Amino acid sequence: MKHLITTLALGAALSVSLAGANAATFQAVAPEKSSVTFSYKQMGVGMDGKFKKFTAQVNLDTAKPAQAKGRIDIDLASIDTGSSEADDEVVGKSWFNVAAYPKASFVLKSLKATGTNQYEATGQLTIKGQSRELQAPLKLSPQGALTGSFVLKRADYAIGEGMWAKFDVVANEITVNFNLNLK
Amino acid sequence: MNSTYTPVAKGLHWLMAALIIGLLVLGIYMHELPLSPEKLQLYSWHKWAGVTVFLLVWLRLAWRLTHRPPALPEAMSPLMRLAAHTGHAALYALMVVIPLSGWLMSSAKGVQTVWFGVLPIPDLLARDKELGNLLQLVHKGLNITLMLTLAGHVGAALWHHFVLKDDTLRRMR
Repeated sequence: MKHLITTLALGAALSVSLAGANAATFQAVAPEKSSVTFSYKQMGVGMDGKFKKFTAQVNLDTAKPAQAKGRIDIDLASIDTGSSEADDEVVGKSWFNVAAYPKASFVLKSLKATGTNQYEATGQLTIKGQSRELQAPLKLSPQGALTGSFVLKRADYAIGEGMWAKFDVVANEITVNFNLNLK
Repeated sequence: MNSTYTPVAKGLHWLMAALIIGLLVLGIYMHELPLSPEKLQLYSWHKWAGVTVFLLVWLRLAWRLTHRPPALPEAMSPLMRLAAHTGHAALYALMVVIPLSGWLMSSAKGVQTVWFGVLPIPDLLARDKELGNLLQLVHKGLNITLMLTLAGHVGAALWHHFVLKDDTLRRMR
């Protein structure tokens, strides 16, 4: 009897501590409620756009963030810059060269908790055949909304070559924002 | 009665004439260009100059309302007077609505106007591609109207000067 009570008490304590840490597991992403957007400066004007098609895979147990796995693959041809003229331009050779490199990918290498519902992701970003490691701070709501952003330098990935290579018209820094709805 | 315009009125007239002709030429030239950094640069310059005209026209209207211009030549018929007043009113109206249509178009197309790359002008409309295309047509239509009105304005000035040989053109010198 005493043994049973101890077991129950331990069990209760364990579930309380788990509930306190809001431990949750997420294994999929709802694409229709997720978004990948970007913003940059053009002639000093703040511009923004989005990618309409991407896939994301996430396997996250918030109790064990170190074991998290995830990746995002973006269909670059699905870009929406807000202008069809620009959409046609950026899929071309000097920008994304979609014919040769249809996708951009971010593959998670490590995830560490930095606070309540806050993480830092380190991963490999590959665009146009160029791979670079980057860090991005993430926020995860208890409902599973994972949001984060990072700034990439387009020159690092040869995005905008030739006449576009200078930064006086289109800035080098591109902010990428993602909002993934985890299930 | 003054026989000539005030120096401020003359200054504003010629400054805006230069800006507006430059804007027309630039506008016609730039929209045909294939997308390039130069094109984006030219569009920005066009918008900066357009905002400048939009600010100057209010100054000019305020000056016009507080400073009586010289009277029209006495020999002009009532019909000619009506044509002159209508033409001038149309030019003022176009100087207000053309930059405004450009501003609205920029907002609808999702490209905010930042005056000289420094001062952001608030977006009056949310991004809406179809509305943006419609406003582009409006901007174009208004500018065709402006070019026709300007042709009448310049034609009338030259007619006064060379055919009627009165001092209408000289008063703006």
